Amino acid sequence: MNGPLSPNSWQYRGLNAVNPGLDHLSNGLIDLVKAGHNVMAGSADLQYSNGLNRFAAAYPDRYISFGISEQNMVSTAAGIATCGVVPFVATFASFLALLACEQIRMDIAYSAQPVRLVGHHTGISLGFYGTSHHATEDIAIMRSIADLAVVSPADGPQLEAAIRASADYDKPIYFRIGRGRDPVVYKETPTFKFGKAHEHLKGDELTIIACGMAVHGALEAASAMNAEGHSVGVIDMACIKPLDRDAILEAASRSKKMKIMTVEEHNVLGGLGGAVAEVLADEGIGVKLKRHGIYDEYSLIAPPTHLYAHYKLDAAGIRSVAEAFIA
Amino acid sequence: MSGSSTDKARSNSFEPTPDVVAILKERARFVRLETIRLIEIAKTGHYTSVFSAAEIFAALYYDVMQLRRGEPKWAGRDRFTIGKGHAAVGLFPIYADLGFFPKEWLDRYTRLGSPLGDHPDMRKVPGVDFSSGSIGHALSNALGMVLAQRWTGEEDYRVFCMMGDGEMQEGQVWEAAINAAQHRARNLIAIIDRNGYQLDGRVDDLMNIEPLDEKWRAFGWEVHTVDGHDVAKVTELLRRVRADDERDKPCVIIAKTSKGRGVSYMETEPGWHLGYLDPSDAEKAVAEINALDA
Repeated sequence: MNGPLSPNSWQYRGLNAVNPGLDHLSNGLIDLVKAGHNVMAGSADLQYSNGLNRFAAAYPDRYISFGISEQNMVSTAAGIATCGVVPFVATFASFLALLACEQIRMDIAYSAQPVRLVGHHTGISLGFYGTSHHATEDIAIMRSIADLAVVSPADGPQLEAAIRASADYDKPIYFRIGRGRDPVVYKETPTFKFGKAHEHLKGDELTIIACGMAVHGALEAASAMNAEGHSVGVIDMACIKPLDRDAILEAASRSKKMKIMTVEEHNVLGGLGGAVAEVLADEGIGVKLKRHGIYDEYSLIAPPTHLYAHYKLDAAGIRSVAEAFIA
Repeated sequence: MSGSSTDKARSNSFEPTPDVVAILKERARFVRLETIRLIEIAKTGHYTSVFSAAEIFAALYYDVMQLRRGEPKWAGRDRFTIGKGHAAVGLFPIYADLGFFPKEWLDRYTRLGSPLGDHPDMRKVPGVDFSSGSIGHALSNALGMVLAQRWTGEEDYRVFCMMGDGEMQEGQVWEAAINAAQHRARNLIAIIDRNGYQLDGRVDDLMNIEPLDEKWRAFGWEVHTVDGHDVAKVTELLRRVRADDERDKPCVIIAKTSKGRGVSYMETEPGWHLGYLDPSDAEKAVAEINALDA
C-alpha cells in the first residue's frame, strides 16, 4: 500500500485509540497499584480487547500472559491468591463464566481465594461474532456459586469505582462488563458499594431495575415517560450479589399501583430478573413484575447496536416494553 | 533421564544415608497402615491410589520439603498440590503427624462435620496447600504459587505438584504445562504417579498417554524418571531437583509405580481403585504391608 492509512483504519493493537472506553479496567488496576495494593493482572490472549495492555505496559512484571488457556488462567490465579497477591484475570465473559465455570467454583469460590474475575464483552455485545462469543447466561451461573460476588457496572467510571471498592472486599468477585463502548451514565465520579443499589429516580407507578449497559437506556426511557406525566423510577443494581434486597422491597412497597420491571443484557431466566423475582416472592410482595432481557433464546447475528434495537434493550425499546407493561 | 542434567546434579551428594532411608521406609509403611485404618472408618476409599504414592509422600514430607512442624501456614514452606486428590487419605495422617492438626481428627475421618473427607480441602484442613477433587487443576494451582513467588520475591520455596497418570488425559494439564515452560517456572516440580491404572482400566488401553517423557520434554520441561517405590532413589532425585539452582525450566518426575503396592491382590486387580477391606482382609493386608521392604 502506498501512503498513510486513512484515519478511519485501525488495527487490533490500536483498539485503545479508537475505543478509550477500554481504558477503565486498566485505570482501576493502576489506581490500586498506586494505592499500594499488591495486585497482578492476566488475560487469555485478549489484552487489547480488554485494555489490559495499558496495565501490562505500565507494570510488565505484574502482568501475566496466559495464552489461550482460560481454565489454566483461573486455576493459576487461585494459586497466586494463596500467596497474598490479588489477581485480576480477564477474558470474554462467555469463556470465563462458561468454559472455566468449574475452575471458578472449585478453585476460586469454594477455596475462598480473593481472585477478581473480569468477564468482558458480555451479553450480546459481541454482536455478529455469534453465540460462541455471547454471554447471556453468566449472571445466572455466577450468582448460583456460593461466596462469589457478581458485579455488573453500568459504565466505565462505575467499573473503576467498583475496582477501587474491591480493595476492601475479601471475597472473590465476578465483574461482568461490556465492550468499553457503553454510554456513560456516571459523568461525575460514581461511588460503588458492595450490596448497595443506586437509585437514580423514584417513581410510584413503575420502577425499572437495571444493570450493565441497560441502565443508560432505562434512564432515558424513564425520563421520556416522566416527561409525559408518568412516574417511573430507575434503580441501578450494579451489585447483583450480594443483592440490595431493601432497595427492591422499598421500591415495590412505595405505592399500591407500583409495578417492577427488570432490564438486563442476559437471559430473563436466572439473572437480575430472577434475583428480583426471588426477593419479591420470598417477601410475599404481590407486585406485577416484568423481566425484560433475552427471552430464553440465542441471539441473532448483527452489529451490537442493531441487536440492542431488535431485542428492545436500547432506550426506545425499553420504553416500548415499559409502556406496554403499565398500559 | 534428564537431557540437561548438570555435573553437579549427577553427583551423589544427595544420596540419603541408610538411617534416613530406614526412617522413610517406616513412614511409607505408616502411610499405608493409616490408610487402611481410616478407610475402615469410612467403609470405602482409595487404598491403591495412596499405596502407589506412599514412598513419594514420605520422601516429600519427611525429607525433601522445607517445612516447619506445627506451622502449616509458614510463609516460607514448600507447597504441595495434588491432582489425584482421592489419595488425601494417605496425606492426612502425615499432616497430623507433623502437628498441622490434632491426631484425634483422624479418628472421625469422613464422619458428619469432619474436616477430613475423601478429597483434601484447604478451607478445612491445615496443611492442605490447595483443595483438590476435580482432576486437572493442580498443576495450574502450583504454577500460580510459583508466579506469585516470583513477583513478590519474598520467600524462597518450591512448589511440588503430584498428578495421576490418568490425569494426563485432562486438557488443562497441558495448558499449564505450556504456560509453566513459557514462564520458566523453575521452582515448579511436578511428579506423575505412573501407576498405570485409572477407574475404568489401564490408562494406556483407555487413552494412551505415551510417550510421556517425550511429551513433557517437547513441552519444554526437564524430565526425570524414577522407580517410585525405591525410596532412596526417590529421595535422592527429589533432593537433587529441589536443590538445582541452575535449571531454568520446570521439572517433571515420572515415578514408575504400582497401584496397590504392598498388598499383593491389589497390585494385580485394577478394580481396587475404590473399595473396602473387611477387617479380616484388612488384617492380612496389614501383615503384607508390615512384611514389605519397599
